[in-house]
Amino acid sequence: MLALLVVSSLVLLTASFGGGAGALTNVQRGAVTVMAPIQAGASRALKPARDFVGWVRDTVDAKGRLAELQRERDEYRREALASTAALRENARLQRILGLDESLGLRAGRAVTARNIGADPSLWWSQITIDKGSADGIRVDQPVVTGEGLVGRVSFVTATTAIVSLITDHSTYVPARINETGVFGGVSAAAGRPDDLEMDYTTRDDRVDVGQSVVTAGTRARSTRLRSLYPPNIPIGKVTRVDDQGTDDQLVHVRPFADVRRLEFVQVLTRAAHSSRPPS
Amino acid sequence: MTQVAPLKLAGRLLALGLATVIVQIAAVSQVHLFGVNADLVPVVVAAVGLLCGSVSGAVFGFAVGLLVDLALVQTAGLSSLLYLAIGYWCGRARELRDPQGPLVPIALGAGATAVATVGYTLMELLLGADSPVTFVLVREIVATILLNALFAAPVMAVARRALQSALPEDARRRRRRRAYTTGGLSPLHRA
Repeated sequence: MLALLVVSSLVLLTASFGGGAGALTNVQRGAVTVMAPIQAGASRALKPARDFVGWVRDTVDAKGRLAELQRERDEYRREALASTAALRENARLQRILGLDESLGLRAGRAVTARNIGADPSLWWSQITIDKGSADGIRVDQPVVTGEGLVGRVSFVTATTAIVSLITDHSTYVPARINETGVFGGVSAAAGRPDDLEMDYTTRDDRVDVGQSVVTAGTRARSTRLRSLYPPNIPIGKVTRVDDQGTDDQLVHVRPFADVRRLEFVQVLTRAAHSSRPPS
Repeated sequence: MTQVAPLKLAGRLLALGLATVIVQIAAVSQVHLFGVNADLVPVVVAAVGLLCGSVSGAVFGFAVGLLVDLALVQTAGLSSLLYLAIGYWCGRARELRDPQGPLVPIALGAGATAVATVGYTLMELLLGADSPVTFVLVREIVATILLNALFAAPVMAVARRALQSALPEDARRRRRRRAYTTGGLSPLHRA
């Protein structure tokens, strides 16, 4: 019996990577479809318990974060004052160019979905949401929260979808430093939900701690090289730069969205991909 | 001796497995303590192995692992293999040593979690995950093992309570006589 089970596991593992992957995907789609309503119900029923534990934890954390947040608030206030003039100028220039200022996020019809299941492993790979293809959700659509980018849709059934998070090791997001326009790619190492890595910057690209990282959108003219993510979605803040000024420069980014505390997310079902103005 | 009711036990195991996976995915995975979340599944599989024996533990581990892999659209067979091993070895621990005492659930819970977390990481890396093993990952594995050890005693108590009336004999009173003390298999007895 034991040998049979071991062999079955190995066959399943092999099939996942081989010719049986399509059939297995269908089985998984069926399982997700069956489990989703139960999962959604359990998620709602167990919300008070989750909230209670979260409240206790947040109360303990709150005191430590107060001073940090006050510092950030002062910093943002200064930045907001400085940005007001820039915004006014930006609006004027966009009117002159005839560009729709909703080129970015507002062009993507956002479908709000609830997180009904999370990956129990330490790889912070994925969550399950309670909206699927019936709501217009398709594979590879970007997923955001109010804080910033969360990931992309990687699997869809009629009523649910699975979102691969930006903290999953297989996710790669073309990005740029908002303040300077330095381009690179953001990815994650296993088990580090607070620390993304931005590589492919050059030795001449000056990156400083505290700068913001946003999605770069599509840079190439070819549609075959289209980015999955529309431009200007906030990703995170630079916390550290390893080997600065060298070709191995590695920028560490703390994501704005906390993937461990996702209650609701938004799927951008009609995202504008290009970072270029239409010609 | 209580009349064995395999169907009743199978029903209880099915319900326990489903409930464990749903509660884990829908609630426990979304609550983070010390930067990690508890993982009830290896602890429950270890409890079933300890209560029901190696074969039942292995079958339960395989089924629960398969359910996890299907529900999360992960690499099918990965969790099955790991939980199968946990269920089997916890069952063997009962059959060979019949461990008793208040620290047994904690030790087994921690051991099962160690196999699950380290095994999952190793298998992901073996299967081609392009990610470095970092100090943070090792720290999170250790934190998860400690957190699960903390929850192991109550989780195993709940699992025992859920299965107790369906078990062939009362697990609390059960004291396995080892082969060499029963007389039947002892070389001393034959002499």
